Amino acid sequence: MELMNKFNILIVGVGGQGILLASRVIGNVALRKNYDVKVSEVHGMSQRGGSVVAYVKMGQKVCSPLVEKGEADVILAFEQLEALRWLEYLKNGGKIIINEQKINPMPVIIGKAKYPDRIINRIKKTYSNVVSANALQIARESGSIKAVNLVLLGILAKSISIEKELWLDTIKETVPQKFLEVNIKAFEAGYSIRQNEFGNKFPAGQM
Amino acid sequence: MKTLMLGNEAVARGAYEAGVTVATAYPGTPSTEITENIAKYDEIYCEWSPNEKVALEVALGASIAGARSICSMKHVGLNVAADPLFTASYTGINGGLVVVVGDDSGMHSSQNEQDSRFYARASNVPMLEPSDSKECKEFIIKAFEISEKYDSPVLVRLSTRISHSRSIVDKGERRDYKLKKYKKDLNKYVMLPAMARKRHVEVEKRMVQLREYSNSIKINKVEWGSKDIGVVTSGIAYQYAREAFGDVSYLKLGMVYPLPEKLIRDFAKKVGKLYIVEELEPFLEDYIRSFGVHAIGKELFPVLGELSASIIMEKVFNIKTGTNKSINVEVPVRPPVMCPGCPHRGVFYILKKLKLTVSGDIGCYTLGALPPNESIDTCICMGASVSVVHGMGKARGRKFGKKTVGIVGDSTFIHSGITGLIDIAYNKGNATIIILDNSITAMTGHQHNPATGYTIKNEPTRQVDLVKLANAVGIDRVRIVDPFDLKELEKVVKEETFADAPSVIIARRPCAMLKHDSFAGPMRINLDKCKKNKLCLSLGCPAITDMGGYLEINEAICVGCGLCTKVCYADAIEKADGTNE
Repeated sequence: MELMNKFNILIVGVGGQGILLASRVIGNVALRKNYDVKVSEVHGMSQRGGSVVAYVKMGQKVCSPLVEKGEADVILAFEQLEALRWLEYLKNGGKIIINEQKINPMPVIIGKAKYPDRIINRIKKTYSNVVSANALQIARESGSIKAVNLVLLGILAKSISIEKELWLDTIKETVPQKFLEVNIKAFEAGYSIRQNEFGNKFPAGQM
Repeated sequence: MKTLMLGNEAVARGAYEAGVTVATAYPGTPSTEITENIAKYDEIYCEWSPNEKVALEVALGASIAGARSICSMKHVGLNVAADPLFTASYTGINGGLVVVVGDDSGMHSSQNEQDSRFYARASNVPMLEPSDSKECKEFIIKAFEISEKYDSPVLVRLSTRISHSRSIVDKGERRDYKLKKYKKDLNKYVMLPAMARKRHVEVEKRMVQLREYSNSIKINKVEWGSKDIGVVTSGIAYQYAREAFGDVSYLKLGMVYPLPEKLIRDFAKKVGKLYIVEELEPFLEDYIRSFGVHAIGKELFPVLGELSASIIMEKVFNIKTGTNKSINVEVPVRPPVMCPGCPHRGVFYILKKLKLTVSGDIGCYTLGALPPNESIDTCICMGASVSVVHGMGKARGRKFGKKTVGIVGDSTFIHSGITGLIDIAYNKGNATIIILDNSITAMTGHQHNPATGYTIKNEPTRQVDLVKLANAVGIDRVRIVDPFDLKELEKVVKEETFADAPSVIIARRPCAMLKHDSFAGPMRINLDKCKKNKLCLSLGCPAITDMGGYLEINEAICVGCGLCTKVCYADAIEKADGTNE
């Protein structure tokens, strides 16, 4: 694989879903590939159940740590509503991976707003490169509902042309020993999900 | 070895490699992880201080005693530490002293977005500003050299996107720094007016030298590209500018105070259009314009919030980014909320029920201002809840005072609520202060504080006894209550607000995210019993949702704290696994 010019991943979800760990794993995988890489995280107040976003950028040279509107090659959404919220960050032809889990935000909980229905269907109608999965259920079957992030990483890993071994090595380095087995299982489960690929493995051409 | 490091982690690494032996801080986003990471090095004494003023004074003491020391804080923490900073500028240092300040442009987790560069100018202290993690490490090491060469504390300014971005850092070895000799020196360290007047002369001399040095220091560097456009920039703004302008010429300032007049003039002469790209205030711009160089700055770029490559693209080149596809549906906002199982939830339920005016403070519990709790009236700065409620009572009298309380977290109370409490006792106030004691500094990611009984390195230590402390300053009425015991809590709040004496209520229950406090597992709503009066919804728990026709508990996020069972008159909430409590 050639050295890519630039590859941007946006990871979105709800504070507490394990987004930081996921972004760190991707960042370290990129580092092992000898890319320049920047990972931008959110700490503090928004981690308390708010809308959370992490940015991973890799390539020959990365300047700004932020992925901006229209720049994401992949959006990895840990929650349906958050997928919808960040859609305009997707590059034309970019890929969206969506966890089917729903977490109601406070305005919905107290009846002041409505959680939009058929989100995934609507996204699939408008965008061509969409993968969705019930990562919560897969994580539960793998041994812990906390491993949702590893299931999603598995799906992501499958769609990026970076060797699986590299992902596994990085996960082993990043995840605490006592959760490793469950996490690897979750990752493998995500990795084995059949993806309706659009042409080659993503990203095509640019790599 | 190449490692992917947070900017904050790289600052810690820099301190380690520079031979630092004393590190102090009070946690605050985005600066917290600096000292958390320093704490991992056995060679460095490290502490969470009660507040930033104490932290800086401890670091200064260590410096005077001959050690290299570092002190870290968020931007508003520098307000608290401003007092020692301004005089440390006069005393200068013995061992190198570096003060790291994390600005929070965009206010991801702050009450304002002040620009700390003005502190450098106001206190006559040099300031460096790194633009990625690699520079974070290098600039910290450089800052210690400057500190010792020019006998001055040195400020290093970070911002959220520097502190909380990971980029590649090369680890180096720790240098062996021997303690400098301690020498009693009244003229340098005792700032009586006669000595301070002489020291002020030294400060001015030092600034002249530093100004000269700023023209040759290597971290102020020109990167030549096309000369049609020149960009003067620093810190994170440099990264955004690089991305937006591409191959033009840059004057990248690693030292943002004092600024290099000669270097800027030379650069300006050699380029066509000159832009100044900086986040927040026109700090570089005001200086550059002061010596008559024309440049384009804040008439184009915003002073509000974070900058980005796309903002620059739009303002300079009129290029808008984004996709053309869209899905036409309203997306509800998702504000942060108190976690499932949060002990504060019980307090806010009662405060709202009693319709009290609530003077709030800084911490997770500030979220009690948002719907559906909406039970906070003010939030200003650390500790202000205690003093603001006292001022309200003094202004509006006892009748109003009986319907007010101040609420403050345990860590925030120690930080600067205690002085307000002394004021209440001393000046015959009647206010009721509720200390939300969740046994941790929660919002910044669970740091210990003097009330938890553990140090930053998790060693057991003396624990502040909040009851005795309140008693000692003159508060006789001190009550401890479990915030999940709603009946008792309501009774206690009523009694204390009505009493014609100042009082403290300690609402004590550990943060739900602390591992040692585990709940029984998720609950569910028995729809046969549910009367749909929606009292459980008024708790503002993210695990309970109005599904339109019926209520549901999200078992994936419910921890089973059981608070909802206490507000449900219909007895409709039960454990999800069917077992009774």
